[in-house]
Amino acid sequence: MQSEAVPRRRFINWFLGTSVGAVVAAVVYPIARYVSPPRIPEPSTAQIEAGDTSDPAFNEKGFKIVRFGADPVIVVKAAENDFRAMSATCTHLDCIVGYQKDKSRIWCNCHGGAYDLTGRNVGGPPPRPLTPFKVDLVAKNGKPSTIVVTKV
Amino acid sequence: MNPPERRSVAAWLDDRIGLSLLRDFLSHKTVPMHRFTVFYYLGGMTLFFFLVQVCTGVLLMLYYRPGADEAFESIEFLMTTVPFGWLVRSVHAWSANLLVFFAILHLVSVYFLKSYRPPRELTWVSGALLLFLMLGFGFSGYLLPWNQLSFFATRVGTDIAGVVPGLGEWTLRFLRGGDRVTGATLSRFYGWHVAILPAITVALLAIHLLLVQVKGMSVPAAAEEEATRRPAMKFFPHFALRDLSGWVFALGVLAALAATLPWELGEKADAFAPAYADIRPEWYYVFMFQTLKLVPGGEVRGIEYEAIPILLFSLGGLLLVLVPFLDRNAARDGRSRGWTIAGIVALIFVVVMTCYGYASMLPLYIVFLTALLLALFAWITRSPEAQ
Repeated sequence: MQSEAVPRRRFINWFLGTSVGAVVAAVVYPIARYVSPPRIPEPSTAQIEAGDTSDPAFNEKGFKIVRFGADPVIVVKAAENDFRAMSATCTHLDCIVGYQKDKSRIWCNCHGGAYDLTGRNVGGPPPRPLTPFKVDLVAKNGKPSTIVVTKV
Repeated sequence: MNPPERRSVAAWLDDRIGLSLLRDFLSHKTVPMHRFTVFYYLGGMTLFFFLVQVCTGVLLMLYYRPGADEAFESIEFLMTTVPFGWLVRSVHAWSANLLVFFAILHLVSVYFLKSYRPPRELTWVSGALLLFLMLGFGFSGYLLPWNQLSFFATRVGTDIAGVVPGLGEWTLRFLRGGDRVTGATLSRFYGWHVAILPAITVALLAIHLLLVQVKGMSVPAAAEEEATRRPAMKFFPHFALRDLSGWVFALGVLAALAATLPWELGEKADAFAPAYADIRPEWYYVFMFQTLKLVPGGEVRGIEYEAIPILLFSLGGLLLVLVPFLDRNAARDGRSRGWTIAGIVALIFVVVMTCYGYASMLPLYIVFLTALLLALFAWITRSPEAQ
């Protein structure tokens, strides 16, 4: 006589169904994990030296882009002994910004985003300001000459 | 003992793989003749450029080395030192553009002729997915030379994928192989470009071509009477030879373009240099690029404004794939004014934004020139019965 609690056919179907599910999960899970790149801790950078204030790049273009850890930071010469630094990654779609000396503005060529010299987004599509960095001019031979950029 | 019977190679093969079945099929296959018949050539032309891509792509793989320190240099070597390396790369780049161009033209013509109506819904769906795959090929192949343009295009393109709510961050890291566009991204894109996308494409293309054979050519509602009046053209040899003539002509155009306007390599990617002036993506992405430029910065409930056009474009893509299931009128009598108008509006938007993006009327002239060439080709390839 057949038991009424769990008929044999239903039990086997359930057993096979879950087995197939387990096999699929056992294949899919490692692949899904494999294709997600691991998060590698990066050495955190707090401060860098961004070269000399007399760097010809400042006279020619008014700016230069320096390496702050793995990220680009733009250093702009706003006036004599007035240097500004901020993240060079556009907050719109991740392009790298430049500086338009004649218009005294940070400008992204990708989609026409504009920022003022404090990093505030003032035109075009960027949704947020650029992350600001602190700039100190360290004296060498009695004259402020080395640009030091520090995370705020 | 009697000598073995001498038989032809064709008969030998026929015994083993049933060639006569193919021959029978081809001898019975016909193509309806009417004033829109010219549009039947566009799929074949797209297939031709895809085959060119496969051949030149395999050749490029012999010299290309993926990796941030090697990719640009290997293409430089290919273009300056390898005999005809410049030609192979230029043909690959030009053919990629013509492939996308003809795939779009094929899709647009099928859309307006309502050829997606039952029972060809799946032919449409597989075709629309193939177009997206071609755009994926374009996007992944773009990064491989590792130049400034490709670097920024990939930064922007993958960042756009990151806008998708919820899944955005995972997608961005999955595509880039990390948080930033680096050599790891290049390895991934190379894998997509030469292995994953081709495998999916071949499977989907086989389904697409099989469905076209099984269901035959769709006759637009407006040409049904004409198609019954005029005798159909035999596919083999008449239509196939016309197809082949088009392919030979296309090869000539491709060679001329590659030889006279070789594809530039540009400057090597630099993650610490600003994007250069007038940077813009390939022509088929310009309408989206220009739209993104026009959306002002800002956030609403934590969602940036730029996410809105990106989500709308994604929705547009989804609607495109699902058209056969949404357009009930076309299913009923082969006509649907609403969807035709929607298609025209979308087309005008794309052309206008592309012109705006280039600050030039050239894209519009290309549209007119294409229409003119199609009319000319329709006249040249008209059936003998109609002459």
